[in-house]
Amino acid sequence: MAQLTYREAVAAAIAQEMRRDSSVLLFGEDVAAAGGVFKATAGLLEEFGPARVVDMPISEQAIVGAALGAAMTGLRPVCEIMFSDFLAVCWDMVVNEIAKMRYMTDGQVAAPLVIRTANGGGVRFGAQHSQSVENWAMAVPGVKVVAPATPADVKGLLAAAIRDPDPVLFFEHKGLYGVKGEVPDGEHVERLGEAKVVREGSDVTIVALAAMVPRALAAAEQLSQKDGIEATVIDLRSLVPLDTATVLEHVRKTGRLVTVEENPRLCGWGAEIASIVAEECFYDLDAPILRVTTPHLPLPACGRLEDHVIPSVDTIAARIRVAAG
Amino acid sequence: MAVTATSPRSGDGDSTLEIDKQTRLQIYRLMLDCRNLEKRAHDLFLQNLIKGTCHLATGQEAVAAGFGAAMRPDDYTFCTYRGHHHTAVRGVSLTAILGELMGRECGLLRGKGGSMHLTSVEHGVMGSYAIIGAHLPIAAGAAWSAKYRGTQQVAVCFFGDGTTNIGAFHEALNMAVVMKLPVVFVCENNLYMEYTPIGKVTAVARPAADRAGAYGLEPIVIDGNDADEVYLTALRALARARNGEGPSLIEAVTYRHGGHSRADPAKYRPPEEVEYWLSRDPIPAYRRRLLESGITEAVCLGIEEASRRAVDVATEEAKASPEPSLESADKQLWFDGGSAWRN
Repeated sequence: MAQLTYREAVAAAIAQEMRRDSSVLLFGEDVAAAGGVFKATAGLLEEFGPARVVDMPISEQAIVGAALGAAMTGLRPVCEIMFSDFLAVCWDMVVNEIAKMRYMTDGQVAAPLVIRTANGGGVRFGAQHSQSVENWAMAVPGVKVVAPATPADVKGLLAAAIRDPDPVLFFEHKGLYGVKGEVPDGEHVERLGEAKVVREGSDVTIVALAAMVPRALAAAEQLSQKDGIEATVIDLRSLVPLDTATVLEHVRKTGRLVTVEENPRLCGWGAEIASIVAEECFYDLDAPILRVTTPHLPLPACGRLEDHVIPSVDTIAARIRVAAG
Repeated sequence: MAVTATSPRSGDGDSTLEIDKQTRLQIYRLMLDCRNLEKRAHDLFLQNLIKGTCHLATGQEAVAAGFGAAMRPDDYTFCTYRGHHHTAVRGVSLTAILGELMGRECGLLRGKGGSMHLTSVEHGVMGSYAIIGAHLPIAAGAAWSAKYRGTQQVAVCFFGDGTTNIGAFHEALNMAVVMKLPVVFVCENNLYMEYTPIGKVTAVARPAADRAGAYGLEPIVIDGNDADEVYLTALRALARARNGEGPSLIEAVTYRHGGHSRADPAKYRPPEEVEYWLSRDPIPAYRRRLLESGITEAVCLGIEEASRRAVDVATEEAKASPEPSLESADKQLWFDGGSAWRN
């Protein structure tokens, strides 16, 4: 096992796939010569050359559109949208073109592409460079939505996304790029659509994603030590496909559910989980389902305010106490 | 009149003589098929057998036919929601096209796409796109793919004059030039963006050609109603792309005989303008040229009859086809053929 940072795991996954499949290309703004503004693609231009690792103009529609054109004609493009906020600039390509291509053509056209993007807040970038928008993508039929929490999952899930025959939006959390973790040596590929139970406890089930996973885990440890509350923590890892089986199994065991999202409140993915649990295991519940989210606000820039609105370990722990009480 | 704002440039001298007889007969047949297909689509719409909307390109047949005759079978076509012609000229079954317009099982997309999304990958028709401008970057991506794979394929991307004012047009041109991609961008300037004269909402007189210089491209304006000129221009642009010399941007000036869509009676057009362009209908003009070049009346009549019959047969086949099964509605979202989003 090697220790890699989350950002190193991005490059490791892409390199692993580019070595085995010459149809994999990487492109985006500043991804080649500069190695990415978050240095997540460092070294790839040097290893794979300028025909496969390409710097693009600030043209999000052209970047994502070109990915679709390349994917539908036999390649496996991996493109980067530098900040997930900028997906709004090319949302037409994602929603109207990529997501609908296979269905509208009754299966004639495949779009095996990956859009990688830096998502999420906590780094004082302000309202246009900090959003968590994975729930936007979840609302669109035809795209898969993945958001890893650890370096090992970055490598395994990004490799899986590149091999997947369908389009995948891969949300890297910019607040996690510096986090180190063990990553399996050699080829590492996970399966999309499988949640991971990262802590087991009998009192309450917490479902989290991306940067909320380590916070939910820390909250669970705090509750274990201070309150004697034992929580199961599920890292959802992927919103589409959604591993409802794992969530339902653990909610049935604990009788309580708390979802922890970085999205603003309305139509966050936690609402969908809550709806499924309410429909399918209502009589197993011992308490109302609770959602922890960012308030329904744009993210403020300054640290004091940003930390106040994004769910913290303490706010998560407080809500779990309510759920478990 | 808007027509004077553009001055169609003829081909390189009298190069029409270079086109062989078989090719010209092919172009004539393609134009007739396009015209007859859309006349039939119009009738079927009035009979309520085609629902929703239908964007006809009657009068613009020379552009699609000229390119259809010039393209290699494995080249890619990307077109708009006004894409019946561009699809038909690649050899796609007329039954499958009319079946799709009518929402039948025999339709190209078995009813899932409809008039605005005709696609036939086996014929190189990589889709008809109903969001203005979106397909220009996609075509550039397909061209990049062809270049990377070394296949010498070219992507040809058709769009209207209105597209020249949307961002994706500019993003795609810039990228295609920077990457020297084998793509041919074809602006069919029919003088109107939907209901509005293009000149009223565009900063330059020639909506595509006057932007070419911004991307280091030669401004090319041709008579889009002259199928031979289109064909020869297409050959040059395709050869340039195949030779690794990069993209072209062609503005083909033409005219839409009808309105923007089924909902539009096109009352906003001056009668004398309509009359002028009807007198420049590309199909009778091409027929006169065929006769002048020594092709007999009998040959022309034979082609015309064959085209009419082909559309009649396709109409009957499409009418006889059932509607798609309800079970098909949740198929083909994903590569595995299904649409599951959870376990």
